[in-house]
Amino acid sequence: MKVWQCVVCGFIYDETKGMPEEGIKAGTKWADIPENWACPDCGVAKADFEMIEV
Amino acid sequence: MREKKMKPIVVLGSGLAGYSVIRELRKLDRDIPVTLVTRDSGDYYSKPMLSNALAQGKDAAGLVLTRAAEMATQLGIKLLVQTEVQAIDRTNKKLATTAGELEYDKLVIALGADPIRIPVQGDAADAVLSVNDIADYARFRELLENKTRIAIMGGGLIGCEFANDLASAGHAVSVIDPGPWPIASLMPEQAGKQLLAPLAALGVDWHFGTSVSRVDRASSNYLLTLADGTQLQADLVLSAVGLRPRIALAQQAGLEVNRGIKVDTHLRSSDAAIFALGDCAEIDGKVQPFVLPIMHAARALAKTLAGTETAVDFPAMPVVVKTPAHPLVVLPVARDAAGNWQTLATGDGIKMGFLNQENRLTGFVLSGSFAAERNEMSKRLGQVITS
Repeated sequence: MKVWQCVVCGFIYDETKGMPEEGIKAGTKWADIPENWACPDCGVAKADFEMIEV
Repeated sequence: MREKKMKPIVVLGSGLAGYSVIRELRKLDRDIPVTLVTRDSGDYYSKPMLSNALAQGKDAAGLVLTRAAEMATQLGIKLLVQTEVQAIDRTNKKLATTAGELEYDKLVIALGADPIRIPVQGDAADAVLSVNDIADYARFRELLENKTRIAIMGGGLIGCEFANDLASAGHAVSVIDPGPWPIASLMPEQAGKQLLAPLAALGVDWHFGTSVSRVDRASSNYLLTLADGTQLQADLVLSAVGLRPRIALAQQAGLEVNRGIKVDTHLRSSDAAIFALGDCAEIDGKVQPFVLPIMHAARALAKTLAGTETAVDFPAMPVVVKTPAHPLVVLPVARDAAGNWQTLATGDGIKMGFLNQENRLTGFVLSGSFAAERNEMSKRLGQVITS
């Protein structure tokens, strides 16, 4: 399980926790998040920004 | 044999635009020499976070995502910090800077924008703060210590985000705006007014249809006099009335400018070796000072700089307004767009669509619980809506 950070706005995605409020279950790998998902903080789409491994 | 030295691509400005174009370029080419010139520290941070840092529990230092030296190493660039560019010599492709002369092969201007300042009268007019970068933000947070009442000039996107952030942290906030409702430049009345009650419940006191005429020193704080005669006390006054693209350097060099530095869909200015993107640029007639247009422009420009001429193709780019008290997502339409805003649903918030003359969806506002429908609404763009 990894933790990723949106380089545009600093938003943190923790694979262990997922984002239940966005319909993404705990334990969902970054690679398995749908391509049309958008960063909840800055609106940048998954394909439109880089996540860096923290 | 003497090695021929390649002139670098020089990028001016270390904001999201400047760093993003380099990051994208490095995905395509690790070897092209790149020099970044910035008058700031060169630390990488996210400007949109300045207006919601309190809620994130962050101070100015905490907002830095990556230090300047680490950025330089990661991206393999030469970084000139605390350096001002004084002039562009287009004939010889050289820059005059406070750190000496610098040659460029291609130049990318990503200098951003300056906060617009509305002239006010009074003996404390110079105490009005603007927060446009991380250094401003550090100063703002220092001054905010032990302050209760904050007045914000401007009820647009940034003004409302700051109002929400400050009110959530326990400050009493007054917002003063000559417009008719919050974020009126992007949103129709019914949508903008959705923000009124949720923010008022947090302690925001709204003053629309008027502006600040005077800011005077009172015993321990400031006294604001509004154009309608209202007087307000405040411990700190913040101005958030809009941005003006930084065009002076380009203009002085004889590049074509309008509101921003004029560039085509390839981000190329009237000089074939000079490009511009971000808040300083007017791309194909439009200044778009938001995150998503910058990311798209950076990606296209990186390809062009790497040798494959690429025009930027902007998709629908909804703007997320960071007002957690009442979330908002808006896909604005041009001021002169033909059509009407229509209410599509109401409940905890509102869903509105802008329908053109053929009843096709060309813009939208989603507020409150409807904000989660951003992707679904984006997919419906261009479709005929029968409400």
